[in-house]
Amino acid sequence: MAIRVRERVQYSAYERSYLPEVFRGLGITLRHLFQNLFGHKDTRPLQTVRYPEEKRVYPPRYRGQHRLLPREDGSPRCVACYMCSTVCPAYCIHIVAAESPDSEIEKYPAAFEIDMLRCIYCGLCVEACPEDAIRMDSGVHTPPFYTRDDAVIGRVDLLELLGRPGAPPAYGAQNAREGKPRGV
Amino acid sequence: MFLLVTTLLKFAVFVLLFVMPLASLLTWMERRQSAYSQDRYGPYKATLKLFGKDIQLAGLLHIAADGLKMFFKEPFIPSIADKAVFKLAPAIGFVTAMLTLALVPFGPDLKTADIPLLASWFPDLVAAHPVIPLQMARVDAGLLFIFAIGSLSVYSAALAGWASNNRYALMGGLRAAAQGISYEIALGLTVVGVLIAFGSTELAALVRAQAQPLFGPLPAWGVFIQPLAAVLFFVAAIAETKRGPFDLPEGESEIIGYFMEYSSMGFGLFMLSEFVEIVVLACVFTTLFLGGWEFPWLVGDTSIYLGFTSIEVSTFGRAIAGMIVFGAKVFFLCALQLQIRWTLPRFRYDQLMHLGWKTILPLSLVNIFVTAVLMWLDPERLVWLGYLGIAEVVAFAFVVIAGPRRTEAMTEEAHGGHGATHGTAHAGAHDAAHAHAATTVTDTPAHQPAAHGAPLAARST
Repeated sequence: MAIRVRERVQYSAYERSYLPEVFRGLGITLRHLFQNLFGHKDTRPLQTVRYPEEKRVYPPRYRGQHRLLPREDGSPRCVACYMCSTVCPAYCIHIVAAESPDSEIEKYPAAFEIDMLRCIYCGLCVEACPEDAIRMDSGVHTPPFYTRDDAVIGRVDLLELLGRPGAPPAYGAQNAREGKPRGV
Repeated sequence: MFLLVTTLLKFAVFVLLFVMPLASLLTWMERRQSAYSQDRYGPYKATLKLFGKDIQLAGLLHIAADGLKMFFKEPFIPSIADKAVFKLAPAIGFVTAMLTLALVPFGPDLKTADIPLLASWFPDLVAAHPVIPLQMARVDAGLLFIFAIGSLSVYSAALAGWASNNRYALMGGLRAAAQGISYEIALGLTVVGVLIAFGSTELAALVRAQAQPLFGPLPAWGVFIQPLAAVLFFVAAIAETKRGPFDLPEGESEIIGYFMEYSSMGFGLFMLSEFVEIVVLACVFTTLFLGGWEFPWLVGDTSIYLGFTSIEVSTFGRAIAGMIVFGAKVFFLCALQLQIRWTLPRFRYDQLMHLGWKTILPLSLVNIFVTAVLMWLDPERLVWLGYLGIAEVVAFAFVVIAGPRRTEAMTEEAHGGHGATHGTAHAGAHDAAHAHAATTVTDTPAHQPAAHGAPLAARST
């Protein structure tokens, strides 16, 4: 590592007299002040979004809170294969598998819980799911919690969440019911 | 009795109805104004739920919210603090700030006979007291009294730092004391020119002297005949109030100031007296340099001109117009102080002392000398001073408008343009220049490393 000698900026006598530069600085801040006070909303330099009152439109691939997709009868499409909880780098998905009453389906999740305090919203569970049963296209923030237990969101709540407007329909929606082989 | 009642009334009108609301408003204005200058919104969220409606008033409710918060917090006193002095220090600061206001004339003299209803109700009183000066105390040594009281505010900071029994607070108090004492001398000397020009230290007399015409419609305001003194006074006074670029006794965000051990309303008093000091400085500056309540094109002796028409008024109407003019000037100066604070970076301690002792003090001595000589030679008084002052203003405006701008190219040239003179620092200078050029968007080919002939290896990082 070489030694770097930083040369100070050589200020001219005009700049070192300070006062004219003070007035120019005041001009700059006053320009911003008046542009922000009286300027049109689209052209002023102020860009802050007042969050709870104004909301920014998220991009279409924004990863919001997870949701479990239902079959047509309302039961979750999840087959309790554990792929999402295996791939999850934060170990936040807990599944308890149980035998499905439907003869064409092997298992169903008796419990499916996501610990939202651990989740890092990486979206790997969505990619791992072979059934298109879990998605993060709800477009909503995870709501704030008051206790740690509240942060663990279970199967019913996950099922209730709907996809945001414009989200693509569930993949292979018809086939899922009929138990036919599904493409990847 | 009459004196007591009128003084209390004047106190109510000036302090309770003008200064204190303005000081409270400034706590909000400082945050909103700085926010808009920096492309932010600032506080606007304080909400009052009234009849099912949310009232926000652009954040004005933050004043009430902050006040309530201050009152309901625990007034914590460190166990090793000097408790009596610890409690006394913020009070000293507040009292000294408020005492100064007693001297400030906030309106023209009021004839009691012109007050509506009073003449018919109390004819004896009107006969006994024909004139009320709109000034709580008319002291002949007015300006000297203001400086005497103003210098006491140093005790507030120094005692607060000392009584906290905390090293950082003590250092802050020492900084405040050193700064206050240094700038007091400069502050006193800058106004001597004004005193020479107008020949009085009584503030109402100064205001009346400034009302006389200088050239045509131009009044003999302090800023026109003493522009240098006006600028120096403003700078020194900002330093005296420990604000703006000279806020290193406090240094809210980084270096810790003299009131670090204060919580609750003790801290609140320090903040409040800071904002009162802003108003006081604006009042004194208005009185000394901006003609106080006078406004020659607007407020005449017996009438008010509104451009298209003029209204005949008694001294009562004139007093109200004068108070409005005074308030407008003070408000403008307060806003200017806030803007200065949020524009300029803080001075280093040595720069502060350099500015005070080596720049403002000699310049104010020169100003005194020039003013005295011109007043002595000039047969018409003030006229030559007026020529000089207006020449100064015009020359300065020209310098600001036409002065050289530092461009990227100039910065580059300062670094690499004459490398031979830099000697051993040559490579380093180029290095810094490259780092600088890399951050600018308008990177022209002239800024490329090869153009300087410097080895690329100089980019060590």
